[in-house]
Amino acid sequence: MGHQWDFSSVLANTDALLVGAIGTLHIFAICLVLGLSFGLVVGLGRYSRNGWFYFPATAFVEFFRNTPVLVQILWFYFALPILLPFEISPLGAASLGISLNSAAFSAEIYRGGIQSIEPGQWDGARALGMRWGQIMRRIVLPQAIKRMLPALTNRAIEIFKMTTLASAVAYVELLQQGKLIASLNFNPIEAYTAVAVIFFVCLWPLVQLSYLLERRLRRDE
Amino acid sequence: MYRWDFSPVAANADLLAAGLLNTLKVTGTALVFGVALGLVLALLRLSRQRLASWPAGFVIEVFRTTPPLVQLFWFFFALPLIVGIEMTPFMAAAVTFSIQSAAFFAEVFRAGIVSIERGQWEGARAIGMTHGQTLRRIVLPQAVKRMIPAFMERAIELMKTTTLVATISYADLLFAANEIAQKTFRPLEAFTVAALIYFVVIFTVSLAARQIERRLAVSGESTVH
Amino acid sequence: MTDDVLLRVSGLAKRFGANEVLRGIDLEVRRGERVAILGASGSGKSTFLRCLNFMEMPSAGLIELDGRLLGSERRSGGRTYREAELTGVRQRVGMVFQQFNLFPHMTAIGNVMEGLRTVRGLPKADARFRAERELARVGLADKAAQYPAHLSGGQKQRVAIARALAMDPEMLLFDEPTSALDPELVGEVLGVIRSLAEEGRTMLLVTHELGFAYHVATRVIFLADGAIHESGTPDEVLKHPRQERTRAFLARHKEFSL
Repeated sequence: MGHQWDFSSVLANTDALLVGAIGTLHIFAICLVLGLSFGLVVGLGRYSRNGWFYFPATAFVEFFRNTPVLVQILWFYFALPILLPFEISPLGAASLGISLNSAAFSAEIYRGGIQSIEPGQWDGARALGMRWGQIMRRIVLPQAIKRMLPALTNRAIEIFKMTTLASAVAYVELLQQGKLIASLNFNPIEAYTAVAVIFFVCLWPLVQLSYLLERRLRRDE
Repeated sequence: MYRWDFSPVAANADLLAAGLLNTLKVTGTALVFGVALGLVLALLRLSRQRLASWPAGFVIEVFRTTPPLVQLFWFFFALPLIVGIEMTPFMAAAVTFSIQSAAFFAEVFRAGIVSIERGQWEGARAIGMTHGQTLRRIVLPQAVKRMIPAFMERAIELMKTTTLVATISYADLLFAANEIAQKTFRPLEAFTVAALIYFVVIFTVSLAARQIERRLAVSGESTVH
Repeated sequence: MTDDVLLRVSGLAKRFGANEVLRGIDLEVRRGERVAILGASGSGKSTFLRCLNFMEMPSAGLIELDGRLLGSERRSGGRTYREAELTGVRQRVGMVFQQFNLFPHMTAIGNVMEGLRTVRGLPKADARFRAERELARVGLADKAAQYPAHLSGGQKQRVAIARALAMDPEMLLFDEPTSALDPELVGEVLGVIRSLAEEGRTMLLVTHELGFAYHVATRVIFLADGAIHESGTPDEVLKHPRQERTRAFLARHKEFSL
């Protein structure tokens, strides 16, 4: 009892943690961009009345929302290379898994946002002679984005947390470095506490931002 | 052209079944404790005593703002050294996901309770009910109905989050799939089957949740998310 | 005198599932005519108006704009309309809605400019110049930089009218333009519509403001059960209605007195 907390070994390894942090940010950026942009495409498919777009989009969303991300990551890392003539790197597998999962979730956010724009806006724009693409670009999406910002921010927070799953395929990010430091210095307490603190410090501003956005949205409604 | 062969996987169906059972065990345990702890946290958070609401708020924020996998590693590798007790993977997983899901359930509870308009509290107070009685007899029963969809959503999330236990060698479905993949050299079939099993189980629960939500909507109940 | 006919509608019908909302309407509108369309709710008057700029697609019937028959015949019967043709029609036929349908994320002048910039492709400066002119015409030059949220209902509707006018339409469709307004704001909108009428603009006006219809319209149509029940000059339909249902309708709107 009474463990002596000693962070010196952790502080001695700040460069290792920095490498991990860069890895985390790297995969976060990839998955954020891919996930949210592909999510828009799928979301439009979910919103479409054309069966050719709606059914594949729905199948995609249902599948990737109802399977765990870790399963997807391991599938992309161990299973997919069997079908392909090339290997998939840890970054590739983890990015694929997290991005597709995020795309499925953000698709529903986009669909909800677009649907929440009242039909009168479509009427007003159509009566001027605007085409579908113009209406989306100039009238619907600009208004929808404001409403979707809280949910999309939450999605970004989830993506940031999901980057730790990449450690399961040995991608070099923060948690993976934490494991390394713990195993080399026999200080799992300090190592994992440090990793947890780093994540908390990074995410807390984002979480506060999402609360702020949620409050502002509710006030504007 | 790759030749699919599911027979080695089928031969290990017992491992998969055991894995699925363990997955459900962990999920079920975390769900039960998570809901109970979540209610406690929510009530503490709503309390006007700073001594109660601040620690509760702290726990909620920490467990919502740090990745579940980091929490799991901390409880499995770090906590035993601090507290001096042996932690099996199951115990670590149960503790981690109970608290983690409790943090999210707490927010659902809080939103549900807060959504009951003041008039209900005032009406109860006017006939002489205490705070506790009002909560138990008037507010919570109404709040719970509204929170059911959000609950089901979080329960489904929990089912997906518990796959993380595979990383600390707990024999859940994903771990079993990995074992089978290594044993039979058929990772494609093994992981595909595992993914499909997860999908079927979770999708079924998801559909059931939507049915319940629809039934609630018909009966005129509003819901919080 | 077909040169004069801007709009010709024959046998226009519209079905929503099993519900026949419009049962064959024939109408000719000459340039400069102002046609008021009256009817009880559910009579199909809004649906009729919305078919004219293809906000609703007709189930049957022919629509001719400026001598040109719109759409093309489908071998299986009925007509098919290309999207490009419809957007072209909507640029020439302006519509003003009961609920204004202004774009809340743009200022008043932004709203008026939007059609010119996005649909006509005008450069920003030219669009702004024309938009300022239209806003001045409806008396809201000083509100150009305001967002719709800060405008009264009457002001919003006037901006909506300016937005429609900016496209230089050959015909204007008004779908109950004052029904959503507080009574004291109705007058400013009717004033603008009246001045447009005096300019000689062709317009179709679905309205409950019978007094206004009497003074501004050149022709009044009474719709019932999706068909034209009675039609004629304002004097004929509003003061000496021949049909019983028209009389009953007018009796229900007793605030109308000449």
